[in-house]
Amino acid sequence: MTVPATMPVIRFSVLARVLHWLMAIMILGMLFIGVFMAATVGPAYNTLLSLHRPMGILILALALVRLGNRLLVPPPPLPDSLPALQRAAALGSHILLYALMIAMPLVGWGMLSAGGYPVVFCKGVHLPPILPHDPALFALLRHVHTWLGLTLFAVIVIHLGAALLHALILRDGVFPAMASARAGRRDPEPVQGDNRH
Amino acid sequence: MAEPPDRPATRVPFFTPGPRVLMRLALIGAVLAILCSAFAWTAGWLPPRRLTQTGMIDALRAVDGRHRGFRSNHAKGVCVTGWFEGNGQASRLSTASVLRAGRSPVVGRFALAGGMPFQADAPAKVRSMALRIMPPDGQEWRMGLNDIPVFVARTAQEFHDLLLATRPDPTTGKPDPARVGPFMATHPNTARAAAQVAKRSITSGFADDTYRSLDAFRFIDADGVVVPVRWAMVPLAPVQAPAARIEANTLFDGLIAALRQGPLQWRLMISIGTVSDPTSDPTVAWPADRDQVDAGTLTLNRAESEDNGPCTGITYDPTILPVGIAASDDPILPARSSAYMRSFVIRSGETKPPSAVSPASIGPGGQP
Ligand code: HEM
Ligand code: HEM
Repeated sequence: MTVPATMPVIRFSVLARVLHWLMAIMILGMLFIGVFMAATVGPAYNTLLSLHRPMGILILALALVRLGNRLLVPPPPLPDSLPALQRAAALGSHILLYALMIAMPLVGWGMLSAGGYPVVFCKGVHLPPILPHDPALFALLRHVHTWLGLTLFAVIVIHLGAALLHALILRDGVFPAMASARAGRRDPEPVQGDNRH
Repeated sequence: MAEPPDRPATRVPFFTPGPRVLMRLALIGAVLAILCSAFAWTAGWLPPRRLTQTGMIDALRAVDGRHRGFRSNHAKGVCVTGWFEGNGQASRLSTASVLRAGRSPVVGRFALAGGMPFQADAPAKVRSMALRIMPPDGQEWRMGLNDIPVFVARTAQEFHDLLLATRPDPTTGKPDPARVGPFMATHPNTARAAAQVAKRSITSGFADDTYRSLDAFRFIDADGVVVPVRWAMVPLAPVQAPAARIEANTLFDGLIAALRQGPLQWRLMISIGTVSDPTSDPTVAWPADRDQVDAGTLTLNRAESEDNGPCTGITYDPTILPVGIAASDDPILPARSSAYMRSFVIRSGETKPPSAVSPASIGPGGQP
């Protein structure tokens, strides 16, 4: 069945949805791994770090694909019922999320480069340094990695809170736009309760 | 956002309060609270407090004080450079490229254990050699070796507790026997290891000393066969007895003077463990009759002060290993890796006063 292009876009593209949920799990996982390993001297340290590095680089690659997709395939519009402040907050937090998920791996990679560490992707595979060897820069970026990481966690918590607000209280179609398992960005017929125009 | 004028404004109310809504709000709050608590627990912000990297650095400082810009341990040191020449004999045990016949440049550091950057040299103080061996293919090998037969703790927690038990009493400046005694009584491994360290034979200086990995590692050959190993850098210089009394910088000055005379050399001797040898307990020495492989020769020909020297802007993390060499299950290794990074971060963000071994004490151009 072909869906007429005159029907409103109500969902993110399948690629956007897959990337969103995959990366949500990966990034939350990275944040938990990160704060745990940075506060342990135990046997898990090296194991977690050798998981953290490649997973971070993978997130960087996926984030670039996702950013391209986001710019090429416009997302569904927000419902008109949403006040201007919330719209601005949504847009702002989404820009921040993109910026952080690209910045975090770059800072991680950059700090190891500046610290003169080999940037090990996996056993035997080293990535080239992306910054010159500079210990003061290493110290600075190590702190930046912490503060951006904590900011990313805070933004994710707010984002999750807002998503649940849409899902459980506003019920305005914003949550299914990302959480639906249905194919395509449009439906063949208007869905009951959808208040988009 | 403004409505187009030709469309009637059909706004759905943004928010309709009521008991159901309140219930759901509470549910959302609970989800977020659980997520935040889990995060805080994972980060170690909630009790019970576990031993963190910062806790380890704090314990080192409790013993030796806080010295901005210096390493939190092995603080007094000097950079050295030279090369390692593999002879290929260990290549049957490990695919590491550094072990094949050929030369790899080395940036090293000699140091005295302890966090005091201006401590006076003394014959019995633990001396160390740290190496960064850089083969052309980028598979570098870093190591930090001490001139003692065994390490004094089995785990990070044990080392931490030992540091606190032996920290100097503020009134006497010496460890408090009332703390050390009970600690040794409840930690037989540490007591045994400390006795072995105390009765080791002491050489005249850095140049004729033997330095050991203490921790166990794994060599992996081309077929994936793994053998447990430990290693030592054994001096080619004849071993001499230490002087009875020495000056504050005698050991470092002696090293610099020796390098002025000519290069210093060590042989890398690999001990091959058997299944009965503990890899996870660096307080226990392996039997002396274990197979030994002479893997190559280290040649050092130049000393440089730490001040702007090539050994300052790196850390000798012993888990930076080439393909063909891997860490063992020794819990001291991850403890070192994580604590070295923390120490490196802290000191790299601080301005370091001039080191005890200054460029002036070495000579012009860094060339001894
Ligand atoms: C989305 C990507 C990433 C996230 C969300 C992330 C998150 C984190 C967090 C939260 C920490 C703990 C910070 C602290 O508590 O001080 C951390 C530490 C760290 N991360 Fe990342 N990271 C990412 C990517 C990377 C990459 C790509 C690398 C390296 C290639 C890297 C290397 C490190 C290192 C070396 C540490 C410090 C471990 C220590 O202090 O002992 N990270 N990361
Ligand atoms: C849990 C146990 C240990 C802790 C917490 C610890 C801690 C430290 C720290 C914080 C540094 C300074 C690192 C830097 O700022 O770059 C250091 C240096 C060093 N450690 Fe350890 N260490 C431990 C065990 C060992 C063992 C078992 C050995 C020897 C086999 C060793 C050998 C060295 C050497 C040689 C250095 C000096 C490296 C240099 O010259 O830069 N350490 N240690």
